[in-house]
Amino acid sequence: MAKITYIEFDGREHVVEVKNGLSVMEGAIKNNVPGIDADCGGACACATCHVYVDEAWRATVGGPSAMEESMLDFAEGVEPNSRLSCQIRVKDELDGLIVRMPESQH
Amino acid sequence: MSDERAVIIGAGHAGGSVAAHLRQYGWSGPIVLIGDEPIAPYQRPPLSKAWLKGEATAEDLGLRGDGFWDEEGIELRLDVHVSCIDTIGKRVKLASGEFVPYDKLILATGARARKLALPGAELDGVLSLRTAADAEVLKNRLGPGRKLAVVGGGYIGLEAAASARALGADVVVVEREPRLLARVACSPLSEFFLTCHRRHGVTFALGADLAAIEGVDGRVTGLSFFNGDPIACDTVLIGVGAIPNDELAREAGLDCDNGILVDLAARTSDPDIYAIGDCTRRPLPIYGSMGRLESVPNALEQAKQAACDLTGKSPPPGEVPWFWSDQYDLKLQIAGLPLNADQLVIRGEPRFGHFAVFHLGPDQRIQCVEAVNSPAEFMGGRLLIASRKPVAPERLRDISIPMKQVAGA
Repeated sequence: MAKITYIEFDGREHVVEVKNGLSVMEGAIKNNVPGIDADCGGACACATCHVYVDEAWRATVGGPSAMEESMLDFAEGVEPNSRLSCQIRVKDELDGLIVRMPESQH
Repeated sequence: MSDERAVIIGAGHAGGSVAAHLRQYGWSGPIVLIGDEPIAPYQRPPLSKAWLKGEATAEDLGLRGDGFWDEEGIELRLDVHVSCIDTIGKRVKLASGEFVPYDKLILATGARARKLALPGAELDGVLSLRTAADAEVLKNRLGPGRKLAVVGGGYIGLEAAASARALGADVVVVEREPRLLARVACSPLSEFFLTCHRRHGVTFALGADLAAIEGVDGRVTGLSFFNGDPIACDTVLIGVGAIPNDELAREAGLDCDNGILVDLAARTSDPDIYAIGDCTRRPLPIYGSMGRLESVPNALEQAKQAACDLTGKSPPPGEVPWFWSDQYDLKLQIAGLPLNADQLVIRGEPRFGHFAVFHLGPDQRIQCVEAVNSPAEFMGGRLLIASRKPVAPERLRDISIPMKQVAGA
């Protein structure tokens, strides 16, 4: 179980508890946190679950796979701390994680 | 709008999503979500993939968390059938005889598996795959020593074949056309998937003229053909396309034509009724035509269109239709539709397992891209389809130019 803070583009914060094994994307969708669309449901097929990982958490979360990187390369407003949230698995070490959402997923 | 009542018929991906979007966009009146399955809205794509292979649980399938619907004040009416819509009285009649009044009605009735009019189609062990219940029945019949015959070489059939192989079952795919994916993909892709499935031990009967499903004591034992040897099996999965559930709409007098006709705000011919998802036939602005898109991205796009229109928000940006399929370690991503295309350009090497096929129109504009393990080509192709910028085929073919550069992104 990890407490995750999702921050919308306009600064609104959503703090939710997410079970281990779920993805950071699923944590948002299942709790109706706006700002993550996840059109493909987590198949790493659409790049509509783009988030910015808080700098303090980048090392713990790790970097994207080659497939994810290729998808991200075409997303809007990509930064070095960009990830697709469907590819981040929740685990105890991520308790306290902060992610920010871009203005748009499309 | 404050206390207007929204009623949604169909609690699948489209219906569940429009309910959630309505709340997210500020709809404050009652929302009633009526579904004929006994479970809360869930994701169907994994049913032929991760779920069938046992890599996802029922909880993983849920479109939202268990408590979500209650918390958001969305009334779920599950395991409930609707018998008709009274558009004059603005109410829906349930099979129980109860009436549910609406101010705005959203039809998200989906599609159902096409059945084959063949002798033996009613035998025990002849299945289709649309719902979680269907998937449960199929899963329980797969494993080492079992033999599955898939009728129809489309995406559902091929995904189920891959999952069945992963579970150790023998699999034969029977297709009427001379190639796989004949209705939905180009022939280089058909060839590629045929080779790949064969390598994983799937056998094929292509160009097969199926005569009957054979059985003993009411149970399936095999298939017989007008043009080939019989095939023994203990389970038959029929995957030969889907039919839109537009009957309620037609009986209510809404304009339909193999699907409920809607505009880009998901409005039907009745000003208080919307329709979204697999049950609709919708405008395809890029292609200047109308079409049915049986896909999750389409269901989500139309759910947003309807929710925006109903809450007075500006319409969501138009999207390029897209689809995906996972089979073995292959990720197929398709953007656009292979319409009005007269040239195929292949980028990459099919024999190395990653390549993309671009469908170009006469003006060198990309109409469609089919990308296998090539996310950059998918994403870049999608941008080019949306921008309508012409592209020289030799640039597309040249893998020394990064796709991002080709797309001008």
